[in-house]
Amino acid sequence: MTTGSTQRTPLHALHVAAGARMVDFAGWEMPVQYTGVLEEHQAVRTRAGLFDVSHMGQVAVSGAQALPFLQHVTCNDVAKLVPGRIHYSALMTEAGTFVDDLLVYRLEEHAFLVVVNAGNAAKDLSVLRAAAKPFDVAVDDHSARYALLAVQGPRALAVVGGLAAADLRDLRYYGFTRTEVDGLPCLVSRTGYTGEDGFELYAPPDGAASLWNALLAAGAAHGIRPVGLGARDTLRLEACMALYGNDIDDTTTVLEADLGWIVKLDKGPFVGRDVLARQKADGVARRLIAFETEGRAVARHGYPALLEGREAGVVTSGSFSPTLKKNIGMAYVPAAQAVPGTRFQVAIRGRSEPAVVVPKPFYKREK
Amino acid sequence: MYPSHLRYTKEHEWLLVSGETGTLGITDFAQKELGDIVYVELPEVGKQVSPGDTLGTIESVKAVSEVYAPVGGTVVEVNGALSDKPETVNSDPHGGGWICRLRLADPGEAERLLDASAYRELVSV
Repeated sequence: MTTGSTQRTPLHALHVAAGARMVDFAGWEMPVQYTGVLEEHQAVRTRAGLFDVSHMGQVAVSGAQALPFLQHVTCNDVAKLVPGRIHYSALMTEAGTFVDDLLVYRLEEHAFLVVVNAGNAAKDLSVLRAAAKPFDVAVDDHSARYALLAVQGPRALAVVGGLAAADLRDLRYYGFTRTEVDGLPCLVSRTGYTGEDGFELYAPPDGAASLWNALLAAGAAHGIRPVGLGARDTLRLEACMALYGNDIDDTTTVLEADLGWIVKLDKGPFVGRDVLARQKADGVARRLIAFETEGRAVARHGYPALLEGREAGVVTSGSFSPTLKKNIGMAYVPAAQAVPGTRFQVAIRGRSEPAVVVPKPFYKREK
Repeated sequence: MYPSHLRYTKEHEWLLVSGETGTLGITDFAQKELGDIVYVELPEVGKQVSPGDTLGTIESVKAVSEVYAPVGGTVVEVNGALSDKPETVNSDPHGGGWICRLRLADPGEAERLLDASAYRELVSV
């Protein structure tokens, strides 16, 4: 249902004209599917998909103390990030849990762009602004300055590369560049949320519709398809990428979420470090694992995970995997059971269905 | 789109009454809402249900939805073909995508369900 308060991206009219099913997502009216989740998922895995992710928030952090400020509020080591590079990180609570998960782009020595989840953007801004007070830093909401389009899939380079002024073949994974795409000034990063090669294009909102159409036209020969949030969810789950609100939130620590690779305890003090240092030394009580189920019923978000019939954890994401053609999911289980091969059960509508812990991710593209 | 010989429910199911037997499934509106269907959990033959009881479950890639008994009765047949081809519910919801057949407790009970024109009105935006 749409309400007066629901926001629309600059591409809204194009989605409706294309016959997309629109849903309210984090206060935005977004396309959940165009033709069907399975077909759209397959297009991204085998060819190319075009996503409107303009609902994502962008926060500019700049000033003489932008670096020490971001070191203080996030867990990854921002000092290691050189201009032109991006890393995945978390905005931290004192409890070592997530205010949000995010990408940090180092634009210049003293200027960063922080890309956050739509549903957390307002909260993130207020947390960042409150924490910024002792620092010589400006925190500005730049969300309205960007439409965000993602092109993902093995043909993404062919599609975007043909329209970009810069040679994108040399753009490294988690690197970005500023260049014109179809004549439009864009920030182009080699990032995504699908497990495929691909690009995210930060474009001026008033040029977004023409860019969308140009990408579809350039991608036609490559079999590109517009892709909605439905397939975005199955794609990211196969790649074991966490979804805030499903797999991670302000009750789960970064280490419990099995994201230790973004926790840099040796970089110096930061919000939540004490809890994470203790968990690293003592071990976590529970851990986010990947699992498969044998039965046909899908284990979904919130279903209990059982050990010997007793509730021992919870499913955070679950779906039929269009690539693997089996049911997959992620769940928090006791750390002792967080080992591939461990068997447990999921309670699905009153029945106990067998599940097994498997290595992450479910899907990894061939390089 | 919504055949006039079927009866409908606000839960987006259809019922075809033939003598003392009722065949039921989900409507075209429902299959579109669910999207790609990957699993249909069918009831057991012999199960007795009252109106509103759960008869089964339909799982799509993105959602799970219950199938409710539109009327009371006993399950006499299920559409086993859906085990291998659950997507038939997407492609032919009012035909080959039927879910099960009930021996109706009271064939007159179906008269209380929506007719096609009332259902069309319900699902028109």
